[in-house]
This record gives sequence, C-alpha cells and structure tokens, in this order.
Amino acid sequence: MSELNNNVDTARAAGTGLTMGAGRLFGVIRAVYGAIPGPLLGLILVCVVFSWLSPYFLTTRNFINIFSQVSEIGIMAAGAALVILIGGIDLSVGAVLAVSLMVNAWLYRDFGVPFVLSTLVGLGVGALVGFVNGILSTYGRIQPFVATLATMSACSGIALFVTNGGPVTGFPEWFTALATIRVAGIPLEMIILVSVYLAVAFWLNFRPTGRALYAIGGSEEVARLSGIDTQKVKILVYVIAGLLAALAGLILGARLDSAHPTAGAGDLLSVIAVVVIGGASLSGGSGGMFGTFIGLLIIGVLRNGMALLNVSPNLQPVVIGVAIIIAVMLDRRSQR
Amino acid sequence: MFDAAHSEPGLVCRKIVKSYGSIEVLKSVDLTLRPGTVLGLIGENGAGKSTFNNIIAGVVAPSGGEMVLDGAPYAPQSPSDALARGVALIHQEIRLLPELSVAENLFLGRLPMRGGRVDRASMEEQSHAVLARLGMRIDPRRRVRGLSMARQQGIEIAKALLRDPRYIIFDEPTASLGEADAALIFEQIYRLREDGAGVIYVSHRLDEITTLADHVACFRDGNKVAEWHRMPVAKQDLINAMVGREFTFEHHAPQPSGDRIAMRVDGLGRDGAFGDISFTLRQGEILGFAGLVGAGRTDVVRAIAGADRADTGTIEVDGVKVHAVSPKAAIAAGIVMVPEDRKGLGLNLDRAAAANITLPWERTLQRFGMIRPSDVSEMGGAQRDRFDIRGRMGLPVGSMSGGNQQKVLLAKWLVREPKVFIVDEPTRGVDVGAKMAIYEIIRGLAASGIAVIVVSSELEEVLGLSHRVLVMSEGRQTGILDRKDATPESVMALAVGGKAVRPQLEPSA
Repeated sequence: MSELNNNVDTARAAGTGLTMGAGRLFGVIRAVYGAIPGPLLGLILVCVVFSWLSPYFLTTRNFINIFSQVSEIGIMAAGAALVILIGGIDLSVGAVLAVSLMVNAWLYRDFGVPFVLSTLVGLGVGALVGFVNGILSTYGRIQPFVATLATMSACSGIALFVTNGGPVTGFPEWFTALATIRVAGIPLEMIILVSVYLAVAFWLNFRPTGRALYAIGGSEEVARLSGIDTQKVKILVYVIAGLLAALAGLILGARLDSAHPTAGAGDLLSVIAVVVIGGASLSGGSGGMFGTFIGLLIIGVLRNGMALLNVSPNLQPVVIGVAIIIAVMLDRRSQR
Repeated sequence: MFDAAHSEPGLVCRKIVKSYGSIEVLKSVDLTLRPGTVLGLIGENGAGKSTFNNIIAGVVAPSGGEMVLDGAPYAPQSPSDALARGVALIHQEIRLLPELSVAENLFLGRLPMRGGRVDRASMEEQSHAVLARLGMRIDPRRRVRGLSMARQQGIEIAKALLRDPRYIIFDEPTASLGEADAALIFEQIYRLREDGAGVIYVSHRLDEITTLADHVACFRDGNKVAEWHRMPVAKQDLINAMVGREFTFEHHAPQPSGDRIAMRVDGLGRDGAFGDISFTLRQGEILGFAGLVGAGRTDVVRAIAGADRADTGTIEVDGVKVHAVSPKAAIAAGIVMVPEDRKGLGLNLDRAAAANITLPWERTLQRFGMIRPSDVSEMGGAQRDRFDIRGRMGLPVGSMSGGNQQKVLLAKWLVREPKVFIVDEPTRGVDVGAKMAIYEIIRGLAASGIAVIVVSSELEEVLGLSHRVLVMSEGRQTGILDRKDATPESVMALAVGGKAVRPQLEPSA
C-alpha cells in the first residue's frame, strides 16, 4: 500500500516538473494518437496496464502463452474477417471446427482410415460446409445469417451423431507431437497462425480476387457491373472460412490429443469479437488482416492478463464486452 | 427595425452567411421570395444553392444574417419547425419507405389517431385527396415498393403539400424524370403559384427555369452573382452567369468517323420489360436512346451490357455473336456500360478514386502474380491526366464533386478502349462546366472510332450528341430518326407512341 502511495507521489513530483513542456507533450501525444490506428492504440494501452499490474506479464514465455491460447480463434477469425468484409457473417465456424475434427477422428478410430487421409477428409468437410454456406447465401438467396445458422445447427448435430456424443482420444503420436514442436523457440501453432495471416493478407491486398472482396463489401452491384464474378468470389470466401475452421480444429486436436463433439462451440462470439475489435464493420467493405490480428492480440492479452490477476473467469466476458464497445467507439472517432 | 421588407408578405433573406470551419460556402446572400411567384435558382454544383435551401428549410443553421417570414423574424431550428411556419423543402433524393403504404408514407411521424388506433379511413381519404390534387391515380393503400421514380417523386410532393406550406423549395425535382413526367411537375408548380404559394425552383435544366420562373437568381462560389426580375431571359445569359465566362452550346454532330458495323442487335427482348429492339451501330457513331421515363431504355442497355438477362434476340459485335450473360462476358466482348446511378451502381464512394478506376482491369494489372499499389496509383494518375479529373486519386471518390465523380466513372470504363461504349444519363447531377467536358469526352470517343450509345432523359442532350436517335415507348422501339429528322417534336411524338395527346405521368400498366 505504502509502495503505491510512493509511486503516486513521485508521479506528482514528476508532473509538476513537466508543466513547462506539458503543452508540447500534449501535442506530441495527439500526433501519435492520430497516426496509430485505433485497435493498435488499444492493444498498447492494454499491454501497458497489464505489465504494470503483473510482473509476469512482460516475459517471452507469457507472450508465447498468449499466442497458444488464441491460435484456434485466430485462425477462425482470419476466415471470419473475410466473410464479414464481403458483408456476410459465418455463424457456423465453431460447429465446423467440431464436425471436421470429429469426422477426422471417427474415421481414424472406428474405420482404421490412415490418419493423413482422414485429416484430408476432415479439412474437406470444413470446405464442403463453407461451400454449402456460399451456395445458400448466393444462388439460394438466403441471408448469410440464416444460412449459416442452419449449417451451424446441422454441423453440431453431426459432430454429436458420429460417435453418439462421446469424445475420441488417441491420435497418432507424431501428430500430437506437432503440438510441442518449436522452431527457434517458437511453437509450430504460432508459426501456422502467423503464416495464415500473412497469406490471407497477401491475397487480400495483392491478388485480383482478394482485392475484389473490398469492392463486393462496398457495393456488390458495383463490383458485378465491373465484371467481377461476385457469386463465385463469395462462395470462395465461405469455402476459405470453412477450411480455416477445420485447420483450427486440427490444431486443437493435436494439443488436446482428443476430439470433443462440443469443441469450438463457445468460440463463435470470440471470433466475431476479434474481427469487430480489429476495426471491421459488419456492414462490409472495411477491415483487414492487420486489424484482425491486432484484435486477436487484444482478446488474447485481456484473457491472459485477467488470468494472471486471478480475475474470476465469469467476469472475463464482461471485460471483453466492454472492450468491443470501446474498440468500436475509438474506431468511429478516428474516422471522423 | 421596421422597413418595407418587414411589412410586405414574403420570405426575405438578408446577408445570409454559412461557413464550415474556415470554408465559407455562402458569403452574404440577399434574396427575397414573394408569394405567388416562382424563383428559379441556378448555379453550378458547389455554388451554394443547396446550403441556401437547407438554411431556409431549417436543416442547417446559418452562421450569420437574418430572415423575415411574412413580416415576422424567422429562424427555424429544425425542418419541422420550418414546416410549422409553412416552409417546405422537397428533396432531390426520394426518401420514402418502400415497405410502407403510400398513405403511411404521406403521414409518417404524424399518423392520425382515433381511439388509440391509427385512423386508416381518414388517412386514406386525405391521401386520396392530395394525390388527386396532383393528378395522380394511386391507391393510397398500396406499398411504395415497385412504384416508378416519377410517381415516388409525386408522393414526395404530396407529402409536403399535406402540411399546407406557403413557401416550397423544389431541389431538382426533375433530375430523375423524363420530359413528359417533368411537365406534370410543372403543372403542379403552376397550380401552387396560382394558389398564392412562393416557390423556389432549383434545376440544372435551364429550359425548365426559363419556362417556369418569374424571377431568376444565379449563385456562384457562395455569392449571388446575377438576378433577373423580368422574363424572358436568354438561356445564353443564364449560362454565362453560371460559369462566369462566355459559353456556347455547340450542338454539332459530324458524320460518324467509321463505316464498318460495330454492333448489330436483332430482336432483343425480355418478357414484361421490352421487346423487338433491333438496330445497327457503326464505328464512330453515337446512337441516342430517347423516351419517357419507364419506356425501358435503361432495361435495354443493361441487357446489352450483360447486367440483366434478355430472353430473346441476338447481339453481334464486329460480326461475332456475343453471349452477354454477365457484365464480365460483355466486357470481354468489348461492351462497357457506364450505369445511370453513379452512387449505387457506378462507384464505390468510400474507396479511393484510383482503386475504383482499376477495379475492372485488375487481372491485367498483375505482374509476377501480384498487383502493386504503385501500379494502381499509376493507372489512376494516367486517367486523371487524360480526363482532367480535379481531385486526389488516393482519396475516396465520395469526397469529389459530382462532375469529377462522373469523370472518374467515365475514366474507369475507358482504361482499355472498348468497341461499344454505353452511357446511361451521362450528365445527371453535374454542373454545366463538367457537362461540356463530358460531351467532349463522348464526342472524342466517337471520333476515335468507338461506337457509342447515349441514354438520356434530356432531349437536348440526346439531340445534341447523337448521329441517330432511337426512340422507345412502353418497352417498344417506335422509331430510329436520322439527325436531320430528329427534332424535339418528332422525338416526342414517337416517345408517346404517337397516340397520347397529353402524356400521362407513367404509361398505364
């Protein structure tokens, strides 16, 4: 307690000394504030607060921890960001994670399918559900919210049905070993996560089809009249989202050495939170991979920091909720 | 305090100033509107007309100056405040709710109540009366969705009339209407004037101003630069005042620059929309599409450009049959279309101008499998120089003026030389200066051998640009006129199908 008081006193003393240059300092702060995108500013703020509150926060080991804790959500959020960018929404991501992993594990355990093959089938299931989402929301003319709500329901049902609700354990050892592989001290899942973001960011900024996403999100009719095959591009985006959800499932399976039919069920809201905190608008046309990655780190840091501070896990969603509102408000402010 | 202006009826504005930050958009404007007269308000885009109207209608507050309404000080705090004082503004854009009924739209925000419930009978009766007053036969119970633009504009006017305003501002009410539809709006304005209302009428169509107005004021750069109290005024004088320099309407249409057939359309049709459209188009020829609103001109060119499907007929470009099943296929065949609705169909206003221009051509921009930002800005810069676009290509198109937006839209479609270039309403909502520049661009394209189709609701524009004019009525092609035979009278006779004596607001379905 006394230590804290001392800190405040020194801060006060420093404050009086700084009054002379306060105006200038304020100007510098404002310039920096204007140059940094809202989400990044939020991340820096959150990091500063936690490193002050917990001595353990600012360690390499903890940062690797943060990445590990958010790698599945992060990979799903990359796909969700693309879907939200074109003005759609994918509610099925968590369920796709579960169903792809369950089908994979079920084929491997109950039918003796070679694991590499069952993994490919699992990824194929993810892509297939994405394809169905895409077809329903384009040619089927069903709003993406409704279409993916339906596939979410169906997928979580199938995930339970294949093993009658039971979990599957006992993946091949080489597969679970992947979860512990480190390259130059960096876990494989972190490398995969960053690679996914770099690949998607490249596609989004430098490839014609990826760039078309911004045009479609801004105004689909403008994009169509400009000669872009909007239906095809939209279907592709849902397929990518499904595939990435299945990939996230693999990482989860390797880490836990088991497949649970309800895995990923609670991830949907976190995934959407990541994209929104990253500066995307649900009406489409804005957002990007950099922002989404920052959004992911904000969620990761908040969860990790609160765990370090022994904040009740029941309170954590409240903080995330507040973070969403602050992020959106900061973003609106910077646009003005 | 009391001078002549205070005791006389009318809306008197004195030294009205409006500034946003350091930018002055209105610089001390004096203007008086008397009851029973029509004041024509002209000026290029950005001259301050809309700001002035918004101040009168209580949408924005002036930064300085005073207004007097029928002898009493007038400083409306909101549009409803202005309405309560008898001043109504009819917006250029239609703001109706498509899923509500006509009557509900008319009474939006002040539905008549009876015994705690909406009094539908009285609402529909009053709606019926006001629509009849405007000469419109619409069932007040039907939904607004599906009504033509002309009818929706009529409902907007009816909505304002329900409040019995004494001063009414029309902000380009005919911008989206054809000439015959516009005539009905004029009839309304004449009726309002007879009833003793004061009308401010804003339009880019100078013929409308010379026909309607008793008194004309011209704005330029936030100032009132000219005023005419006696009509008639020569159109040339109005143009000179608007642009601040000598300007001549040059309506010459030289011979098409080529002889070879660029496009042949045969028997094009779609059930319920249009049919039997057949024409040939030579290289370097400008073919105008004329007709009333709802005649199906836009439907035809959209089908040619692959935006909508056609059920019957064939399209050939350079002798090769084109299956225009999508815009992509049409573009590949050399047919490009500049759509009529710049904001909804043509440009992505939130994106950079350069990115808008490169959008259709990104596949050809690739180098080593990637599109570099520098290539995008380079193409944008090249088009900016070619079309004299004033504005920064890296900023959102929405930040540019209407004329420059339209140039960006034209530039987008002229990155690669098309075989057939279709423009739908090329000069809607742009000022006179930009209009002339756009006409020059279109003529230049034809001179270089590109076949051009121009769809326009402005007869003068069609006649001034085209070598030949195709006239449509109710989805049918009623004739193709050579330039020498195409007069306003001959085109209008074909546009009304040669039967209607007085054009109706909309062809009866």
